[in-house]
Amino acid sequence: MSNSLKGSSTVIATARLIAAKDLRVELRSRVLLNQVLPFALIVMVMFAFALDSDAVLERVAPGLVWLATLFSVLVMVSRSFAVETADGALDQLRSAGVPATGIFIGKMLALMVQLMVLVALLVGAAVVLYRASFSWAGGVLLVTTAIAATCGLAAVGTLYGGLAAGAKGRETLLPLLLLPVVAPVLIGATRATESAFGTNGIAISEGWPWLGLLAVFAVLFSVAGAVAFGPLLDD
Amino acid sequence: MNTSTSLDAPPRDRVTGTQFTRGLGILVLAGMVLLIVLGLFVSPADVNQGESVRIMYAHVPGAWLAYLAFVITGISSAAYLWKRTRSLTWDRIAGASAEVGVLFMGISLITGSLWGRITWGTYWTWDARLTTTAFLFVTYIGYLAVRGLGGTHQQRARRSAVLALLAVLEIPLVHFSVELWNTLHQEASVAGRGTDVEMDGLMLFTLFLGVIVFTLMYVWLVLHRQRSLALEDMLDDSGLDNALTARRAEASGVAR
Repeated sequence: MSNSLKGSSTVIATARLIAAKDLRVELRSRVLLNQVLPFALIVMVMFAFALDSDAVLERVAPGLVWLATLFSVLVMVSRSFAVETADGALDQLRSAGVPATGIFIGKMLALMVQLMVLVALLVGAAVVLYRASFSWAGGVLLVTTAIAATCGLAAVGTLYGGLAAGAKGRETLLPLLLLPVVAPVLIGATRATESAFGTNGIAISEGWPWLGLLAVFAVLFSVAGAVAFGPLLDD
Repeated sequence: MNTSTSLDAPPRDRVTGTQFTRGLGILVLAGMVLLIVLGLFVSPADVNQGESVRIMYAHVPGAWLAYLAFVITGISSAAYLWKRTRSLTWDRIAGASAEVGVLFMGISLITGSLWGRITWGTYWTWDARLTTTAFLFVTYIGYLAVRGLGGTHQQRARRSAVLALLAVLEIPLVHFSVELWNTLHQEASVAGRGTDVEMDGLMLFTLFLGVIVFTLMYVWLVLHRQRSLALEDMLDDSGLDNALTARRAEASGVAR
């Protein structure tokens, strides 16, 4: 009774510590700022080379924003777990009795914060490079979409990152495992962003239903991650 | 422990066949011959699809078998994770089943797109069923890759069991979102329910026979593969044991 109460408070405390630790590592190492964000930007520029015409770019801008996000997620998840496995930190956390659920939530939150920064930058790039634009109402939809989508991506990314962590060849395995799973996020977030941008004259009201899909995805995989992360890390 | 004794045991312990699988194998072979004769020669050509309908006798049972295999993988993974039934046998059944499933999903994707090219005029359509099938295929290729990551048998079993259960979560979501995405596309038209009604009796029987023969073949394949996986695991363990005894012998040799 009080034991489970104490358990849940340790989980939350652990999650906060881990999230703060991951964000501090990022602030000091600046990997996101100096490597991932420039990578995402150059992907956006490359899309423009490949698709050539302004009209096409304007039409597919929402999809490109989320594709670039997915590519960057792969890099960021690898990074998130490279930090943990480099010195066997993850094993030591586990052998110190730190709750796995706390580790999962902490890493997920840190990843989500970084993803929000990334998405904001990519939307900015779409406005500048692809002539995307949105109203205030579209902006509200866009922010909500970004929160739901990054939550889902962070949950799945942390879960599958933990699965592949510490194994040889995980760099090549992660995209194979992760991309099929996040397809619903790509579909939902792209459709919602299309209506926020008003691409092809799609109304903003048509975007909101897609948030249901994103929310279901985020909730399902957050719960699955919180439950499955322990068994995954145990030996 | 006693792995070395079982390796020294008579060869009967080291083959993957038993009386039962031999009987089953003969049954599968006979059924396959009957299926080929019925499917390729005896059964009539379809009114609309012509001779291409014969692809169905491999395609439909193949797809059925792949789905069955992935369901079995899911169930055995759950059985492994559940403490009361934890056994590496479940893990090996899950792995063997996934291997067979990936193989037959590949076969049914290829036969399906060939059939689609002849009948629909296109190799691929973005219908939810097709797209979900492609995702299943890739997901279980990933599953097999995770099984090959190495580590102890228990690590492999746990990792892959969790992954298999995640796939159970993933696939309905993918199916649902593709359906939402592609509401414009017509419902799985030609291969759908409507045609079953008009099917000729012999064609239906051939299809039915195909499903049964393929299912028996699945059982045969998984039994054998599961046993060969067990032998592989045993070999791994005995390799370690042998190395340990060799080192011990060296150490005692030095001491002497």
